[in-house]
Amino acid sequence: MNLKLKVWRQDNADDVGRFEEYEARDISPDMSFLEMLDVVNEGLMGTGKEAIAFDSDCREGICGTCSMVINGVAHGGQKGTTACQLHMRHFSDGMTITIEPWRATAFPVHRDLVVDRTAFDRIQQKGGFISVRTGSVPDANAIAVPKDESDLAMDAAQCIGCGACVAACKNASAMLFVAAKISHLSLVPQGQPERERRALAMVKQMDDEGFGNCTVTGSCEAVCPKEISLDFIARMNREYGRALIKKGTI
Amino acid sequence: MAQKWGKHQFDLKLVNPANKRKYEVIVVGSGLAGASAAATLAELGYNVKCFCFQDSPRRAHSIAAQGGINAAKNYQNDGDSVHRLFYDTVKGGDYRSREANVHRLAQVSVNIIDQCAAQGVPFAREYGGLLANRSFGGAQVSRTFYARGQTGQQLLLGAYSSLSRQIGLGKVQMFPRTEMLDVVLVDGHAKGIVVRDMVSGEISRHSAHAVVLATGGYGNAFFLSTNAMGSNVTASFRAYKRGAAFANPCYTQIHPTCIPVSGEHQSKLTLMSESLRNDGRVWVPKRQAVAEQIRKGELKASDVAEADRDYYLERKYPSFGNLVPRDVASRNAKEACDDGRGVVASGLGVYLDFEDAIGRLGEPAVRERYGNLFDMYEKITGSNAYKNPMTIFPAVHYTMGGLWVDYNLMSNVPGLYVVGEANFSDHGANRLGASALMQGLADGYFVLPYTIGQYLAEVGPDDRPSVEGSEFAGAEEKVRGQIDQMLSIKGKRTPTSFHRELGQIMWDKCGMARNKAGLEEAIKKIPELRAEFWENLNVPGENGSLNQSLEHAARVADFLEFGELMCRDALQREESCGGHFREEHQTPEGEAKRDDENFSFVGAWEYKGENQAPELHKENLVYEEVKMTQRSYK
Repeated sequence: MNLKLKVWRQDNADDVGRFEEYEARDISPDMSFLEMLDVVNEGLMGTGKEAIAFDSDCREGICGTCSMVINGVAHGGQKGTTACQLHMRHFSDGMTITIEPWRATAFPVHRDLVVDRTAFDRIQQKGGFISVRTGSVPDANAIAVPKDESDLAMDAAQCIGCGACVAACKNASAMLFVAAKISHLSLVPQGQPERERRALAMVKQMDDEGFGNCTVTGSCEAVCPKEISLDFIARMNREYGRALIKKGTI
Repeated sequence: MAQKWGKHQFDLKLVNPANKRKYEVIVVGSGLAGASAAATLAELGYNVKCFCFQDSPRRAHSIAAQGGINAAKNYQNDGDSVHRLFYDTVKGGDYRSREANVHRLAQVSVNIIDQCAAQGVPFAREYGGLLANRSFGGAQVSRTFYARGQTGQQLLLGAYSSLSRQIGLGKVQMFPRTEMLDVVLVDGHAKGIVVRDMVSGEISRHSAHAVVLATGGYGNAFFLSTNAMGSNVTASFRAYKRGAAFANPCYTQIHPTCIPVSGEHQSKLTLMSESLRNDGRVWVPKRQAVAEQIRKGELKASDVAEADRDYYLERKYPSFGNLVPRDVASRNAKEACDDGRGVVASGLGVYLDFEDAIGRLGEPAVRERYGNLFDMYEKITGSNAYKNPMTIFPAVHYTMGGLWVDYNLMSNVPGLYVVGEANFSDHGANRLGASALMQGLADGYFVLPYTIGQYLAEVGPDDRPSVEGSEFAGAEEKVRGQIDQMLSIKGKRTPTSFHRELGQIMWDKCGMARNKAGLEEAIKKIPELRAEFWENLNVPGENGSLNQSLEHAARVADFLEFGELMCRDALQREESCGGHFREEHQTPEGEAKRDDENFSFVGAWEYKGENQAPELHKENLVYEEVKMTQRSYK
């Protein structure tokens, strides 16, 4: 199939940026979306132009590196699918496809479709962990975790940190991401000692990074490639409120 | 043997707790080995600088490991023990690993599970709240711990959380999107690195008391592999060019259960976890004519009667069946396809069928175990594996070879340590499933943090040279020179086109089966391709900004030299062992035939200079605990 692409090009964080149009010819339905871009890039480089910069690494939907808005939807709108796992069989001949980077104040553009997501790392550094030193731990089976809770913790823990939730949200809120981490660690017994501290510290850093707030439209859940449930945001709010009360802040 | 690690730990020199903060350690790579090492070293009090090329340490390719992690916990009461895990690993590696290292790996495996559980890693659990296990290829006990099909992700996020904590505490300084381009030796010791900031293009120098490489494997030498797009050999190879010996580069693992190639556009291959072989049955039609009809789309798998199916692994290896080690499963798939019985259009694919398991356990139970893998399969192929069998074919997955290290995980360059997949030591000629995660975390959490103390105590806290020295300046100049050269060629071919061509040579001549003539041909062809690379490369853009073509070109340049080294190693090893199968050396039944008398050694290559043949050094392997036998999984 042949397609027309409208791609966001931006040389660096200070550049204003603009859309440029390209043809994608002889595209096979078995290609992934990123393989289609590879083909376009090889063509661009053949004419001496610079390739469209985009992030990708594992190309199997787990590293969370790939990040692009395709026709207005983060990761392109296939349920539970990252851009790297989106295949061209979902597009049809002659279509025009618009490709943009994640757009959020807290995710400045490095170049073209590549953005800076280190804000997520800084949130994790404030409390996204259980403080255990290597070696200073009990036998693994000394900590029994009810299967239901462990499974629910896993539902949250599988977040890949791609940032699609932020890109989809009209407020550029990072709440689904932060909620996934806070929920995972607050659901397991190992995470209890730091429960309040963690919730307060991570939420504060999230706000400091310039992410917006949640107005419960659910757009984050809709695009999340790991289908992390909106329920976790409710859980995070509860954890946050609980922490405020326990710490005597309110 | 059982006491060796304990005794060695006691003999190692210690660094006084108050002195630890006077030391700086560089860790390159932030996967399981790198992140766990960086976090643990920082917990001990050392100052750590950690570098990764990804935009976040959480994205290192350890994250893609699916099936699980082995540990000799014997929670299933099925007769597992440290000795059995040790034995299975040495046997699985086809008696080409170093016995003492493997024993230590088995010993610390139990600590890893404790550590990860305490970090909150959501391992699969039974209703009683205790940990669940599954079995994996090459073992007859159930010792694999897992978190759905995302074990690598969860373990990496655990290590990343410990690393993040240390970054927050200021003990680790993290450099994401930063690629190591050279290691700097001062008076023969590794004392720093030169890196490129991949966003600004800035080249900078960093010095330390010691350097740790945790930079993963070199599977992308084949272009198509299950590695991430960015996985590369550059850090290891540039250390090799500075004098670190490269051991057993020909040992590459071909994983039996990957999704077959769909066309020329293919940029990488996707693995379906080996754990699928617990419940999936591998088969092809008994008759070539039937396979041909399937390839043409005239027949479906379900049209083939039970009696017309050849469950070749169950037939040939009744005691291990579909759970034979990876090398055996891969070679048998190739054999079936070479015999004209492949079942995908290209002829290169076999069935992995869950009909039995769904009948026996019900679809919900199969979904619970493998749901995400079935989903992934459907996304890529558009086919529903609950209804039709999966098609699979082997693909390059893991590299057992790596930089040579001693028992302390130090290379032959003093002060240069190598951990995880980047070193060579534990898996011999073939790695068992669920052992890569184990080794990465063993090295990073429980081995390196002790052993590096010996070197640091010996050199003392003052042994950290200034980055203004001539060695650093020289290394930086070399790095800049190479970048300028790549940008100035302005030829016709992209880095990808060279990479793809190299990969085809490697797969054809140094892949699942190798022979003398093919390897010699590759050793002739690769330098020709390399020469063309330096004359006809096209890298648009400049160094001073984010330039992915430039990053790729530098990695391909190294693969173009390294591929030749792999072929040389495969050529000198006139035997078959594990993942290294030389067609000249096989039993009448077509199994790998080792030559213990002449090849029971680690082949460690020393760089001798541009366009010079490297020199082979041999470390003899001595087996005290395990008797060497012909592997049999029948």
